[in-house]
Amino acid sequence: MGVFTQSVPRSLRDKLYEINWAFVLLIVLLGLIGVGMLYSVEGGQWDPYASRHAVRFAAGFCVMLTVALAPPRLWMGLAYPAYLGALVLLVGVEFFGSVAMGAKRWLDIGPIRMQPSEIMKVALVLALARYYHDLDERRVSSLLGLLIPIMMIAAPVLLVQRQPDLGTSVLIGATGLVMVFLAGLSWRVIAAGSVFGAIGVWGLIRYGLKDYQRERIFTFLNPEADPLGAGYQIMQSKIALGSGGMTGKGYMQGSQAHLNYLPEKQTDFIFTMLGEEFGFIGCIVVLGLYAVLLMNCLLIAASCKSTFLRLVVMGVASTFAFYVFINAGMVMGLFPVVGVPLPMISYGGSVMMTVLIGLGLIIGAHVHRGAEPPKGAGLFG
Amino acid sequence: MRRDKQEFQAQFNRRVMLIGGAGALMFAGLTGRLYTLQILEQERYRTLSDSNQFSFRLQPPERGRILDRFGEPLAENRDNYRLFIVPEQAGNAEQALERLAQHLPSIEPRMERLLAQIARAPRFQPVTVAEDLDWETFARINLHLPELPGIVPDVGEVRTYPHAHVMSHVTGYVQVASVEAAQNDRLLLHPGFRIGRAGAEIANETALRGAAGQLKVEVNAFGRVIRELPEQSIPARAGDDVALSIDLRAQRVAMQALAQEAAAAVALDVTNGEILVLASTPGFDPNAFVLGIGQEEFNALNTNERRPLFNKATTGLYAPASTIKGVISMAALEHGVISPTERIHCSGSVLLGDRRFHCWRREGHGHVHMHDAMKVSCDTYYYEVARRLGIDRIREMAERCGLGQLFDIGLPIPERASGLVPSPAWKRARRGQPWTTGDTYNTGIGQGYLLASPLQLAVMTARVATGRAVMPTLARRPEGFAFDPLGFSDAHVAAVHQAMHGVVNEPGGTAYWTLQPGLGAGDAQMCGKTGTAQVYSITPEERARGVRDQEDLPWRMRNHGLFVGYAPSDNPRYAVSVVVEHGMGGTRSAARPARDILRDLVLRDPAASRLAPVADLARPRARGG
Repeated sequence: MGVFTQSVPRSLRDKLYEINWAFVLLIVLLGLIGVGMLYSVEGGQWDPYASRHAVRFAAGFCVMLTVALAPPRLWMGLAYPAYLGALVLLVGVEFFGSVAMGAKRWLDIGPIRMQPSEIMKVALVLALARYYHDLDERRVSSLLGLLIPIMMIAAPVLLVQRQPDLGTSVLIGATGLVMVFLAGLSWRVIAAGSVFGAIGVWGLIRYGLKDYQRERIFTFLNPEADPLGAGYQIMQSKIALGSGGMTGKGYMQGSQAHLNYLPEKQTDFIFTMLGEEFGFIGCIVVLGLYAVLLMNCLLIAASCKSTFLRLVVMGVASTFAFYVFINAGMVMGLFPVVGVPLPMISYGGSVMMTVLIGLGLIIGAHVHRGAEPPKGAGLFG
Repeated sequence: MRRDKQEFQAQFNRRVMLIGGAGALMFAGLTGRLYTLQILEQERYRTLSDSNQFSFRLQPPERGRILDRFGEPLAENRDNYRLFIVPEQAGNAEQALERLAQHLPSIEPRMERLLAQIARAPRFQPVTVAEDLDWETFARINLHLPELPGIVPDVGEVRTYPHAHVMSHVTGYVQVASVEAAQNDRLLLHPGFRIGRAGAEIANETALRGAAGQLKVEVNAFGRVIRELPEQSIPARAGDDVALSIDLRAQRVAMQALAQEAAAAVALDVTNGEILVLASTPGFDPNAFVLGIGQEEFNALNTNERRPLFNKATTGLYAPASTIKGVISMAALEHGVISPTERIHCSGSVLLGDRRFHCWRREGHGHVHMHDAMKVSCDTYYYEVARRLGIDRIREMAERCGLGQLFDIGLPIPERASGLVPSPAWKRARRGQPWTTGDTYNTGIGQGYLLASPLQLAVMTARVATGRAVMPTLARRPEGFAFDPLGFSDAHVAAVHQAMHGVVNEPGGTAYWTLQPGLGAGDAQMCGKTGTAQVYSITPEERARGVRDQEDLPWRMRNHGLFVGYAPSDNPRYAVSVVVEHGMGGTRSAARPARDILRDLVLRDPAASRLAPVADLARPRARGG
């Protein structure tokens, strides 16, 4: 197996030595790009975005390393309780959530305000990984073996969709399906599922979407038809990107962004601002960093001996990749505007924490890649 | 079991590869899309971005001034002290206006309208609160600005006419363009922009207006101006100053001389036709029209029986009366129907068929030749001369001397009139009656159907005095400008000239006693002719009731007084005409104002300054300065 060591480090010193620091450097680089872009958002001011982003990143970074150093058995043991807890919180949002901008996404528990859908992103990955770790490989395509993970995926997808938060629900659903696929679902079932899935998507669009969500899909198909209405964001985003050209207008010189033509430039449209100020080259550099990061994830997944770790790595990596693809595709007019941030760069605390915990799991999987916990093993049995 | 596990791991790795491949495809797709947007379609989006970022704000041009012949401004622009409110800076607009009202009570009645206006406009857009404040008020409010958040002082520009009434009919005035005229014209729609609506302001609109500029500004998504880019803007081109031929000082003399009357006066430089005086009383204050005149004030002007809004000098039409006798004399001499020495007997009236035509002097003038007939203005003499000439030859000469002509002097068409020189064809067409010898008689003494404006009378006088086809203008004419001769014999011009000289300077002349001591400008003398246009004929019954004189009639039934003249008599330079509506007679009302105008012009004429011993009257100014 050459490159990858098979022994499992036990001491903290060994574990720190085993951490893939190049991977960590990539993460820090992306976080710093985020701080830089948020500094530009406010026209050269640290407050309110850049400074808070930096503080959150620093805090999240510590959490990430802590997660990475914890033994995989702990995560296996926490998988189901975390999933159930997140599910309860999602149901709680349904009843007690606070409304902001027409959507119920937040739950206030004492002084903490949180987005249970963000917790669910990690929890579902852990739960599915645990499920397939415990499942006999031959039963992956059996009726019961398939039904349970499908229900585990469907429950949060539907709850998040009701908030309504199409972006996150698509993200959770897609991540779940990728994990089911990687767990070894037979191609025949995949083919059949695709047919039913297509019918299901049609039904969802026809009956399951809120008006504004449907409108977003339609205006995405033809943004120029309504430049001052719903297509405005996409149109202005394309203008900003296109006018950036090869090298961009210069740092803090993006006219579209700074004259407020660009909506939500600190969150969903930060990639547009980057494209306007740094041009094609800036975009390619950032996309390249993401690509290298994800490539590393694939290599780490392939090196892991246990099903649990492999699936955790691929699940988190999928979520991360979907973030990047949907966000970048959305601002370029390839996807409808669904409200998915660009990981590490967009402003937003919950997403930052989720992403860094997820990346911590991947680093941890690399550190513990040789571990082979038995089926059914976990902190709680 | 071990094989299964290895097989499972291999399957997992294959599928990871597959997912990785899908991811790579996705990255390739994003890159391709970015390439299309940022490299291939770069130009298109850059243009769109620029049109988002930049916008052009109209910069109204400064209007050119109107000057008199010496460069004295007749219409200029003065600072307009204004106050704006910027709702965004004011916070609570109502409170801000109330605070302002403590210093500026005049806005109180408009408070509600202002608040409605503020509510409609974007919060960053200034709304005009008060305009045309006096300096003291403006300064006081500037002092209190720290307590008046959101109130922004501004100095704009507004048209002003420093000589107000004196020049009202010459300059005209500017006003906001009418709704129809302003349609689709961004400049005319610009708030506060005004265009010529009367007089020289409208006639010289093109030159005075200039061209609007474009100020390039950077605007954000809400339309707020972020910064101005003057270096990339097109500056407004200010309008040109327009110099008129008018002589402000002579105009003022005319207006003062006629101040109490409803009258008009025109004075020309006979050498080049430049109009030096174009007076019409009463005048009005054009400044009142600029910022919008009140309905009440307008109605008062419009219904005044002395018609202040009406330019009598160019549109007032009056019978020329005896002032036409120079023209008739010239026609008689040119056509040889009478010699200067032939005498005609005036018994006070002449019988034509069963109709008696009176001379103005009931007792008659006895045997008079042309010189005396002009001097005493004998009507009987001119009845006979007119009869010999016939209407066609009279009309031809009247038209040659400028009557019946619409002169393009640089005023808009509605402010000019062509008057009327009647012909038999005209009478048949308009009245359905044949021309009679009686009509010819009346035309011969300037009555009947004849109508002329004071401007035409001045031109007529200039043509008779010089024998040249003088064309009037309000513009400046180049040095050395000369008119073509009308083809009169020099002897005939001299004879008419002698007669008009006698009117003023020989005892017995109709203006002799009134104008003592004549022109009153050193050795220079003037020539002239009086005229009295009959408005109402006193009936025998009224006469029996004691109405003996014009003074016994109400104002609007009294005769018009006319006077035409020129000076200096040895080398005519200035021609003048004066019409005093219901002035009762030319001698009584029109001769002295005409003389005053000529005297002022001659005294200040550098060519005539050697003639001016009255040093205190003569404060010559540099010509063309």
